[in-house]
Amino acid sequence: MTDMSAAEPGPEQPDAGDSVIVTRALTKRYRGGQLAVDGLDLTVPAGSVFGFLGPNGSGKTTTIRMLMGLIEPTSGTARVLGRPMPRATRTVLPQVGALIEGPALYGFLSGRDNLLRYDAGDPTADPRTRRQRIAAALDRVGLTAAAGKKARAYSLGMKQRLGLAAALLQPRRLLVLDEPTNGLDPQGMREIRSLIRELASDGTTVFLSSHLLDEIEQVCTHAAVMAQGRLITQGAVGDLAAGMRGRLVVTTPDTADAARVLKEQGAGDVVVTEDQVTAEPPDRDLADLNAALVTAGVRVRGFGVERPSLEDAFVALTGEGFDVAG
Amino acid sequence: MSQAELTRPASVLWTFGLLRNELRTTLRRWRTLALLGVLAAVPVLVGVAVKIETGDGGSVGGGGGEGPAFISQITNNGLFLVFTALAATLPFFLPMAIGVVAGDAIAGEANAGTLRYLLVAPAGRTRLLLTKYATTMAFCLLATLVVAVSALTVGALLFPLGDLTTISGTQISFTEGLGRALLIALIVAASLTGVAALGLFVSTLTNSGIAAMATTVGLLITIQILDQIPQLDALQPYFFSHYWLSFADLMRDPIYWDDLVKNLGLQALYAGVFGSAAWARFTAKDITA
Repeated sequence: MTDMSAAEPGPEQPDAGDSVIVTRALTKRYRGGQLAVDGLDLTVPAGSVFGFLGPNGSGKTTTIRMLMGLIEPTSGTARVLGRPMPRATRTVLPQVGALIEGPALYGFLSGRDNLLRYDAGDPTADPRTRRQRIAAALDRVGLTAAAGKKARAYSLGMKQRLGLAAALLQPRRLLVLDEPTNGLDPQGMREIRSLIRELASDGTTVFLSSHLLDEIEQVCTHAAVMAQGRLITQGAVGDLAAGMRGRLVVTTPDTADAARVLKEQGAGDVVVTEDQVTAEPPDRDLADLNAALVTAGVRVRGFGVERPSLEDAFVALTGEGFDVAG
Repeated sequence: MSQAELTRPASVLWTFGLLRNELRTTLRRWRTLALLGVLAAVPVLVGVAVKIETGDGGSVGGGGGEGPAFISQITNNGLFLVFTALAATLPFFLPMAIGVVAGDAIAGEANAGTLRYLLVAPAGRTRLLLTKYATTMAFCLLATLVVAVSALTVGALLFPLGDLTTISGTQISFTEGLGRALLIALIVAASLTGVAALGLFVSTLTNSGIAAMATTVGLLITIQILDQIPQLDALQPYFFSHYWLSFADLMRDPIYWDDLVKNLGLQALYAGVFGSAAWARFTAKDITA
C-alpha cells in the first residue's frame, strides 16, 4: 500500500493525456462474421470510477477482453495505461487487476492456494511478500475465515469475493471489474461498493461493467453506454442524466385545482394520479409556481423536481422508439 | 502510481514460480494421483501373476516369445521385472497417462475459465506454454520412475536379486544392472516427449479438456494400430511409437545404439514440430473461454 500513498501525477502517461484507457475505432469481428464491437472510441479518465453499461450481447465483454489482451482486435487500437494492447501485456497487466465474466477457480485447491497460483502467474510478483499480500487481499474481501476451505465448496458470493481478492493481490493502477456484485447478497453488494469507493479514493481507476443501473449511479463518476457493439454515449454520470429533463411533482389532495394552476403557469404534459400531479416544468423560477399554487388555495404537501435517474437515460438511449443518434 | 511501480523490479528467478506452482498443482490433482496409482499397480499385477504361475517350479510362457520382453527371466532375477513392467506399460498405459496430462494442459484451464486469469496475471502465453510442457515432461519422468520403482520393489520382494545376464549372453553385476535400469527408465521417459508435444498441441485447439484428452489418446491408439499394418512400412519409421521398444537394446553388451538414437531423434522431431505448432496456435489464439 505504500506504493499507493506515494502516488503522484508522474510522467507515466506520455501520450494519452490523463486517460487510463483509450480506444480508437476499436473493432472486433469474430470468425463467424459477427460484428461484436464496432468502431469503439472509449476514453476512461484517470482516477474515475467508470461504469460500462449495456444490455447482454452489446459487446462489453469482448471490449474488456480486447483491453486485457485476450482477444486481438480486428482493427483499431486500444491503449491501456498509455501502452498499446495486446502488445504491451507484460508491462501493463501487472498493474491491472481484473475480474472478467465471473470468477474462475481451481475447485480442488483452497481459496488461499488459488491466490497463490494466480500470484505465481505474475512474473513481477515478489514471492517473499506473497503470503502476506494474499492474507491482506483475503482480509480485504472478508474471506480470511474461509481461506483454507476448498474452492469448490464456496458459494457464488464467496467465489466472487475470491476473484476480487485475486485482482487485489498487488497495488493496482487500474481495476477492471466485470459484474463484480453478481451473486452477492445485499450486504455483500454494499461491502463491495464501499471497497470500490475506498480503492478509488486511493487513486485507483476502476472500470466497472454492470447491468445494475443503481449500482453504477451509486459508485460511478463516469459512464459509457453500449448497444449492439457501438458506443452510444459516454461522459460524467451527472451529464448523462442531465440530458434528460426532470419532472415537476406536486403532492396534494387538491389534484384538479393543482393541475389547472400548473397549466395556467405554462407547465406542459400535466398528468394527474391519485394524490400527485406531475408535469414538465416551465422555464421559470419554480418558487413562483409554488407561490401561485398556494395563492390559488391548493394545499401543497410536497413540491419538487424529480431528477431523472440513469435508468431513464439508459432506457432512452438503448430502448426502442428513441432517436439514438440524438 | 509512481514510475517505480511501472517498472516494478523483478528477479529473473521469480519467473519460475509458475513452474513450481504448476508442478505442485498437477500433483495435487486427484486425477494425477489416480494415473500414478494405476501405473504403480501394473508391476504388482505382473509380478504376482508370474509368481503364481511359477510357484510350482514351471517357467513363464513355456518357450518364451510370448508376453512382454524379459518376462521369462523375472523368476531368476527380480530386476527383470523393471524391464518387463516398462515394456508392458510403454505401448499404452504410460502414453495414455501422458496424453491425459498433456491434453488437459491448456484446454482444461480454458474449460475451467482459469486460463483467462492466468493470462491477465499476466503469466505470458509463451511462458505458460513452456511451463505446461516442462510440467508434462516432468510427469513423463515421474510416471516412468513410478513404474520402475514399483517394479523394483515388487521384484525384490517376490524374487531373488543378483548378477544378471544380458541379451547378448554376457554377465553384468547387479549394480551395473541397476544402472542400466535407470538408463532405461530415462530413455522410456524421453520416448514419451513426442506424445507430450502432440497432446499439448491438441490442447491448444479446443476449449474442452475432455475432448483434448480423448483426441490425444485416440491418436495414440490409431498410430499403434497403423504401426502393425505391414503395407504401411514406408510410413512406420515416422510414427512416434515405432522405435519405442528399442530400449531393450540397452540390455545388449555392447549396447546397440542405432534404434535408440533413431527413437530419440524422432521424439525431438515430434517435440519440435508439434511444440512449434502449439506455440504458433496458442500465441495467436483469441481467448474467449
